[in-house]
Amino acid sequence: MNRTAIDLWVGIFVALGLGAILFLALKVGNLVSFGSDPGYHLQAKFDNIGGLKLRAPVKSAGIVVGRVESVRLDPATYLAVVTMKIDKDYEFTADTIASILTSGLLGEVYIGLDPGGDPKMLADNGMIGKTQSAVVLEKLIGQFLYDKAAGGGK
Amino acid sequence: MVETTVATLRRVGAVTIGTIGRLGYAARFFVAVIANTPAAFKRLQLTLREIYFSGVLSLVIIMVSGLFVGMVLALQGYDVLTRYGADQSLGVLVALSLVRELGPVVAGLLFASRAGSAITAEIGLMKATEQLSAMEMMAVDPLARVVAPRFWGGVVSMPLLAALFSTLGIFGAYIVGVKLIGIDAGAFWGNMQAAVDFQLDIVNGIVKSFVFGAAVSLIAVFEGFDAKPTAEGVSSATTRTVVESSLAILALDFVLTVFMFHGAR
Repeated sequence: MNRTAIDLWVGIFVALGLGAILFLALKVGNLVSFGSDPGYHLQAKFDNIGGLKLRAPVKSAGIVVGRVESVRLDPATYLAVVTMKIDKDYEFTADTIASILTSGLLGEVYIGLDPGGDPKMLADNGMIGKTQSAVVLEKLIGQFLYDKAAGGGK
Repeated sequence: MVETTVATLRRVGAVTIGTIGRLGYAARFFVAVIANTPAAFKRLQLTLREIYFSGVLSLVIIMVSGLFVGMVLALQGYDVLTRYGADQSLGVLVALSLVRELGPVVAGLLFASRAGSAITAEIGLMKATEQLSAMEMMAVDPLARVVAPRFWGGVVSMPLLAALFSTLGIFGAYIVGVKLIGIDAGAFWGNMQAAVDFQLDIVNGIVKSFVFGAAVSLIAVFEGFDAKPTAEGVSSATTRTVVESSLAILALDFVLTVFMFHGAR
């Protein structure tokens, strides 16, 4: 096979390969949103984060607006401190409520943000004051059984 | 009794020393290949030719295998996921398993048996027919003229082949999952995009395939260069290339996975 044909085939091969990487990056990996996007951080303290994991989505009205960046335990208060990275296009009011929710019974755990009516907005590294912890199913069932037993005693 | 024990010990010792010696020779050979790379890249046409032989000619087997692996993954994955009502996550399952593991590993194994064995046989036969010695006589370094282009041809081809394998696999899963089974296309792609991270999953997958490409290519050129210059020697060198490459890929995959995905989620 002559030189130009080999060059042509190698060119096609490299183009196909790079196209595949591009496809993986854009269509499969969704590089465009929240990749190295500039955003800002918000923090929130929770009694219990349940099954919240790193990189779990942060949603407001069902729209993904950011990702969970770090989760740590505050040694003084024994509260979980969650740091979220929020897309720079979205701002939230100072009285926003952060709650840990689950999509469906077995679905992924995410943080839901419900903005209030405060005219002030949360700044970078701001702390969300009002939070609602994860619903732990065992506790819920325990509570239900306890109530049932207490109700049956009457 | 004593004599057989001594003989066994001797044999074990000889094999151990031989293996370690070969390992040292392989390391020295690797350094020599790297050192001869600039000389080889002065004639880029040689490397392009090797990319053609190991990359372009592997395209068909890689793409067809990728398509079928993706389709089977979709069928099997759907069967299990649907029991838990999680069939919407089929895209996630297929994309993560292909991009992280199956793409680099299966493409690497196919590459080792398709291209690695060919490289070993070619270089081994060159050695057996004394073409390598002839080159040295003409003051042409066979490391720069024959070995380095084949090594780099493999290193360049492998990540591209693995990416194509994963892409075709995801496409195959799309055909089976969305077109045949009837999962919602939006859920298929949307969940996949939400779960697959560019840095963590895709870049690490490419790094893996790059490492596998380097390992397979090095083993292939080394075994060819080190083959006994007989018909039997070439045949056993080709066999060793496939066996050693496959083992190297699986072992390296474990090590890389421990480093990359250890506690990532």
